Amino acid sequence: MSIPAEGRLSAAAAAPAIQANGDAHIAVELDAVTKRFGKTIALDDVSLLVRRGELMTLLGPSGCGKTTLLNLVGGFLMPDSGEIAIDGQRITDVPAYRREIGIMFQNYALFPHMNVAANVGYGLRMRRVAKGEIARRVADALALIKLAGLEDRKPRQLSGGQQQRVALARALVIRPKVLLLDEPFSALDRNLRASMQVELKEIQRKLGVTTIFVTHDQSEALSLSDRIAVVAEGRIRQLGTPDEIYRQPIDRFVASFVGDVNVLRARLERIDGALATVALGAARVLVPSRTLEGVANGSVVDLFVRPEELRPADHDAPVAARGIVAAQIYQGGHVDLYVDAPEALSGRVLLRVPRHEGMSRWPAGTRIGIALAADKAIAFRPA
Amino acid sequence: MPRLPSQWCLRLLGGVIVSAILGFLLLPALVVTLAAFNSRAILSFPPESWSWRWFVKAIAYEDFQAGFRNGLMVTGWASTIALVVGAAFALALERYEFRFKRALETVLLSPLVVPHFTVGLGFLILAAQLGMARGYAVIVACHVVLVLPFVLRSVYISLRNLDPRLELAAASLGAPPHRVLTTVTLPLLLPGLVGGWLFAAILSFNEFTASLFVTVQRTQTLPVALYNYVREYADPSMAAISVMYIVVTATLLTLANVFLGLAKVLNVEHPR
Repeated sequence: MSIPAEGRLSAAAAAPAIQANGDAHIAVELDAVTKRFGKTIALDDVSLLVRRGELMTLLGPSGCGKTTLLNLVGGFLMPDSGEIAIDGQRITDVPAYRREIGIMFQNYALFPHMNVAANVGYGLRMRRVAKGEIARRVADALALIKLAGLEDRKPRQLSGGQQQRVALARALVIRPKVLLLDEPFSALDRNLRASMQVELKEIQRKLGVTTIFVTHDQSEALSLSDRIAVVAEGRIRQLGTPDEIYRQPIDRFVASFVGDVNVLRARLERIDGALATVALGAARVLVPSRTLEGVANGSVVDLFVRPEELRPADHDAPVAARGIVAAQIYQGGHVDLYVDAPEALSGRVLLRVPRHEGMSRWPAGTRIGIALAADKAIAFRPA
Repeated sequence: MPRLPSQWCLRLLGGVIVSAILGFLLLPALVVTLAAFNSRAILSFPPESWSWRWFVKAIAYEDFQAGFRNGLMVTGWASTIALVVGAAFALALERYEFRFKRALETVLLSPLVVPHFTVGLGFLILAAQLGMARGYAVIVACHVVLVLPFVLRSVYISLRNLDPRLELAAASLGAPPHRVLTTVTLPLLLPGLVGGWLFAAILSFNEFTASLFVTVQRTQTLPVALYNYVREYADPSMAAISVMYIVVTATLLTLANVFLGLAKVLNVEHPR
């Protein structure tokens, strides 16, 4: 699966892919970056372009290499091969302290022996900015994150949300070329998390700072990102807007990792150019054919359908599948119906239905038909 | 509240045992303290009349004064050198992976299991070979070896409690390595460094067994001076010195606990 290391090294030496002062719209460029820890390959020949001002999310399960990638951009690790550039300047060998990068860690890593003002002003002191200027910029930063007045507090005297704001201000006050966020919301409780996400997005957009955001939380990735890179086993599986990732997953892994999905056993009827027709019960579904290359007509395929693309229907109607409601879970705005159906490969079939309909019409134990939109699914060859 | 008689008995027994242990720990100190205030010229217990005269005599005694000065000097050098060496080794053991790491750790901690007289005798023989048996250097070197494990341990634990992300954050904010060290690492390690130094100093100042081998009349430290005194005299000056020892050490430890929080130096807070 992996190219021999020597081959990659010589290729990189022969043609330095990163030229100084490259595309002005590209803030961060990774070119064929590989990083090993002992015998395990954490990143395998990864290339990535991050546009200026965008919020790029690295999404993947733990151990997929996303944090390694962040550490490489931050300068805390050196790649075994490949090049990294920021604003068109090759920085592969530049130490972290000369990279002009702001980072916010999961635990915020505030300096416990310094108060809020000293924490936020740290980067400016290291740059030998004049005292008055430091005071002014620290005050501006604290105003931006709505923490003015807490300058003299020590980090341990702040709540989790306040600590996070201080960490953000500390990273932003140096006007970094790139902002790196390492799972910043995972230590916050749910309500606070949502409001901090909105606020972060607002600040990021206001300042226009290029941001690389690492998370394993797919809903967080979908709601915050301009683009998402789905990372697995040291490689980028798919790169695209949240909608592309959600609607047009490139493989089974991306389809099941991002968002809730139902996997149903269906049959390939025929392939016509870019589209393929898949039969599921009485329903015919049009799916992209690129994921079904080499699958023979009439063979079994796995159909991936998002819960909101499924509709409940009469059991006797000509539908895609039939089953029995196993549970209805009240979610406030809608109701989740879990249905036992023989076609389901992902445990139970999940449907999202409006609250009033879901509660009264489909109690547990009811026989139910499942209908689906004719072109809102994707199929893969069976695993 | 325990109701059963058997439970009540167990509690009583437990209380008695704990009191007995504490009593045994404190009894010698108590006896010596009382003996120090005896006005008569023999070490006896309990005293029949009370006086400060042995404190005055002990402080004025020239051998004790010299021993005190020698001891302070040896302690100052030994614990400071041990701090620098121990901190460097602690850093190496905590931060880096290398061959023979376990072996190095074992060797560095070995003075905990090797008897002090062995260490002292070893240094005496070695120093005689090198022709420096009468100097302070040998005593200092000997003490460095003996207190090193304690400094190493204390600095190592402080390092373990230091979140490496703090140093990464500082670096990302533009701090070159030496400024990360002075603005983040050292300030956060300070309790461990001071605590380690203090333990080393107390141990070194009290060290007797090995010191007996490597000191001579001119260079003897206070514990050795006390030993030489007690071989010839048996008056309560000894006890008076002991009381001063206890008071000073206890005061130092209490202050260290208040200002540094010794718990921080002795425990790993969040094991990785």
